[in-house]
Amino acid sequence: MHPALSVIFFTVTSGTGYGLFAITCLYNSISQTNPLGSEGILLSCGIALVLITFGLISSTFHLANPKNAWRAFSRIRTSWLAREGLLAVLFYPVAALYMVTIWKDLGGYNWLAIISIFAALWAITTIFSTGMIYACLKTIRQWHNALTPINYILLGAMLGGLIFLFIVSIYETVIAGLVVTITYLIIIAAISKIIYFFWIGAPAGPTINTATSFTRSMVRLLDVGHTAGTFLTDEFGYQVARVRLIALRWLVLLFAFAIPALVLWVGVTIMPISIVFIIAIISGFIGVMIERWLFFAEARHVVNLYHGTQQC
Amino acid sequence: MKLGLVIDLDTCVGCNACAVACKQWNTSGTTGPLTDFEPYGKDPTGVWFNRIRNYEVGDYPNSKTVHFPMSCMHCDDAACVTVCPTGASYKREEDGIVLVDQDKCMGCNYCAWACPYGARELDREDGVMKKCTLCVDRIYDHNLPEEERKPACVMTCPSHARYFGDFDDPNSEVSIISRERNGEQLMPELGYEPVNKYLSPREKKNVDTYINETKSIKAVKDWVNRLVSR
Ligand code: SF4
Ligand code: SF4
Repeated sequence: MHPALSVIFFTVTSGTGYGLFAITCLYNSISQTNPLGSEGILLSCGIALVLITFGLISSTFHLANPKNAWRAFSRIRTSWLAREGLLAVLFYPVAALYMVTIWKDLGGYNWLAIISIFAALWAITTIFSTGMIYACLKTIRQWHNALTPINYILLGAMLGGLIFLFIVSIYETVIAGLVVTITYLIIIAAISKIIYFFWIGAPAGPTINTATSFTRSMVRLLDVGHTAGTFLTDEFGYQVARVRLIALRWLVLLFAFAIPALVLWVGVTIMPISIVFIIAIISGFIGVMIERWLFFAEARHVVNLYHGTQQC
Repeated sequence: MKLGLVIDLDTCVGCNACAVACKQWNTSGTTGPLTDFEPYGKDPTGVWFNRIRNYEVGDYPNSKTVHFPMSCMHCDDAACVTVCPTGASYKREEDGIVLVDQDKCMGCNYCAWACPYGARELDREDGVMKKCTLCVDRIYDHNLPEEERKPACVMTCPSHARYFGDFDDPNSEVSIISRERNGEQLMPELGYEPVNKYLSPREKKNVDTYINETKSIKAVKDWVNRLVSR
C-alpha cells in the first residue's frame, strides 16, 4: 500500500492525543491525592485536544473531494470510517464536560470518577475505531486481524503516557509508580508489535490461482494490460525492498520501544527527569511514525495478484 | 433481479474491444468523463472500468494463454458499499447494480481498498470514485432497440465472450450457461459473492508440439542453409 503522509500523521497524532487524554482521566480518577492539581490536568487535556485536532485536520488532506467530508458520518451502521469520524467529533463535548468538571470542581468524587472513566473509554474506543478502519478490510491480510486495533490502542496509550509523564514531572518529582506503569505499557506494546511482525511473515490467503479460478494449474502473468501506471498500481503497487523493511523494523523496535523503555528505566536515576522524558517522547514519536509508515508499506492488497504477484 | 455478466475465457481473444467500448460509452455517460492524464505524453494513464490481463495457464508444452477481462463484479456482499462512510457507494435493491453517487463521494479511496478485484478507480480530476455501472444508462434506455439494451462491452465483443442477464432467473442465458459450464467466482474465499461468473477454457486435445531435432544431420542441414542464404 502506498503510505500517505497525511494518514500516517493523522493516526499517530490523534492516537497520541486520545491516549494522553485517557491516561490523564484514568490517573486522576484512581490516584487518591491529585499531584497535578486542576491546572496540570487541564494542561494535559489541552495538549491532548491540540494533538487530536491536528491529526483530524491532517486526515482530510488525503481526500480527493474534501467538500463532501461532512457526509462521512452518514453510514455509522456499516462503516468503521464513519464510526471513527463520529466518535472523534463527539469526543469534543465529552472532553469539554470532563474539563469543566475539573476546572469548576463540580460534583463529588463519584461524579468525577464516572465522567473520567466515561471520557477515557470514549477516547480508547475512538482509537479502536481508527484501528478497525484498517482491520475490517479482508483484502489486506496484514491488516485484517485483531492485532491491528490492539496495536493502535497500545501505541497511542504509550506515546500519550510518555507525554503525560513529562507533564506530571513539571508539577511533581516523585512519580516512580507512574514511570513503572508506563514502562510496562511500552513493553506490552513492543511484544504485541513483535508478534505482529512474525504474524504477517507467512503468506496466507488468496493466491493467483483463486484470483483467476484456475486452481489446478500453474498461472503466470504475461501482460498486465496497461502500458503505464494506473490508479491501482499507484495505490496498491507500492513496493519496498525486503531488506529495507527488515531494517526499518529494527529501527521501530529501537526508537519506539527500546530507547524510551531504557531511558525511563535507567535514565530517571542519573539524568534530570524532564530531559529523560523529552528524549523518550521524541524517540517514541520517531519510532511510531516509522511503525505507521511500515504498517502501510508492508501491507499487500490482493489486487496485486492481478498485477503479477503469485501470493499476497 | 440480479444483473451481471458471464465471461467466457475460452472464446475471449484479448482484443480489448470491450475496454474501449466501455471507455467510449461511459466517458459520455452518467459517470463521465473518464479522465485521461497526459494522453499524448510519455506516460499516458487514465480511468478505465475494464482491464484485460493475459495469463499463461499450465506448464509448457501444455500451457494456454488466457485473456482475462475484469470489471466490477457487482458483488452480492459488496464490502465497497459497506465501508463507504458517506453513502456514496450503494447497491441497488431492484437489480443489484453497484453504483457511486458522485454528488456524495468525498474521494477517500476506502471503497477501492475494500474491493479485491481492482474495479474502482479514483478520477483524480474530479476527485470522485468511478466504477463500472453495468451501463445502467443503456440497459434501461427504452429509446434503444430491445436487443441493444445490453452493456457496451457485451454489445461490442467480436468473439461473443460476454453474456449479460439476470442470475435470479434460472432460465436466463447467463444462468443456463454458467450452470452448464460451471461458471466460477474469483476469490470466492473472501466471501464477496461476486455476481459475474467466469467460464474456464474447454478441454481440448493437445496439439503436437514441434520438437527440436538434435541429430547431427540437422546441424549439417542448418549449416548448409546458413551458407546458402548468404
Ligand atoms: S467488484 Fe469491487 S467494486 Fe464491484 S461490487 Fe465487488 S467489491 Fe464492489
Ligand atoms: S471514495 Fe467515495 S465512494 Fe469510495 S468510500 Fe470514499 S466516499 Fe465512498
